[in-house]
Order: sequence, then C-alpha cells, then structure tokens
Amino acid sequence: MSTNDFLYLIILPVLSISVLLVFIRFIIGPGISDRVVALDLMITIGIAIITVVAMVSEKSSFLDIAMIFALIAFLGTIAFSFYLEKRNRDD
Amino acid sequence: MTDFWIFTLSGAGALFILLAAIGILKMPDFYLRVSVTTKAATLGVGLILVASAFAFDHFSVTSRVLAILVFIILTAPVGAHMIGRAANFIGVKMWDKSEFNDLEDKYDKKSHKLK
Repeated sequence: MSTNDFLYLIILPVLSISVLLVFIRFIIGPGISDRVVALDLMITIGIAIITVVAMVSEKSSFLDIAMIFALIAFLGTIAFSFYLEKRNRDD
Repeated sequence: MTDFWIFTLSGAGALFILLAAIGILKMPDFYLRVSVTTKAATLGVGLILVASAFAFDHFSVTSRVLAILVFIILTAPVGAHMIGRAANFIGVKMWDKSEFNDLEDKYDKKSHKLK
C-alpha cells in the first residue's frame, strides 16, 4: 500500500466521519456555547483535511489555506465568546 | 523510512481527531466537552501537520508547518478559556453528577470581576 493510498483510503474517511460526528453535536447541541465549540472543532478538523489533501495532491500551497483556517477558528471563537459574555450584562 | 513516519504520524493524528469527535458527541456537559476536544484535536492536527512536513521534506513547507503548529498551540487554550468563561457567566449547567464547582460565588455577577 503506497502512502497516497493510505492517506486517501484510510485517513481522509476517518477525518470525514469525525466531521460528521461533530456536525451531529452542532445540530443537537443544547446551548449556543456547545455550538460554538463544535464549530471550532469542525474548522480545526478542516485544517487536518486540507493538510492531507496537500499531501495527496503534492501542492504545498494548500498549507496557506490551512493557516487562514486556523486564524478564522480562533477569531470566531473569541468573537462569539465576547458577544456571549457582553449580551446579558446591563451596562 | 519517510513512509514509516508518514504512516505512523498521520494514523495517530487521525485516531486522536476521531477520539475528539466521539468525545464531543458523548460527553455529558459543556465543560467536559471543551476539555476533551481542545486537547485531543490539537494533538491530532499537530501530528498530521508534522506528517506533511515529512512528506514534502522541503524547508518552505517545514517553516509553514511550524508556523501553523505554534499558532494552533498558542490559540487553542486561549479560545477554550474564553468560551468556558463566557459559559460560566451565562449560566451553563454542569453535569448533575459533578461533585463541586470551584467558581461558585467567586465572581461578581454585575461587573464579571473576581470578588
């Protein structure tokens, strides 16, 4: 089994199943904070998927997109938690 | 030898990410979910990134991988702390089998500062 086959037939399906499981939590999550955490985890798994795609297709420029994704995940979590904390404060 | 490292690192990384996904689905309350996902997913993504550094074996890719890795390791705990703090203020309930809450009555409800 070559490296490409291993990445394409085992690693990518495992990561896809992970995204699916996290998406179930994103749908059913009882509160908004659960959904924020699920979104953060989905984007983090997206970084891993993009990295594997870069290895399979042998184009290293995909890693730039992974960097942007890391930035977006962090900014999204910070913005949501800032908004949640300010929302029910009276001042 | 490079193939061996790619197989091992990406396999372990995918396993840790799968464990994080199962954890976020099965854990009973929000705080346990945050705790299980932040650590396992960061480790899994880091291992897969290192595997890609082995696969390309080029200086530009290795430096990019290191940049992403340092950024993720720095920001994941900060994000988890912020969302956990916000959840504590908006009154997200703990699991009913949790024994005690260290932060109970430690924060001022109005100003969100420590008493």
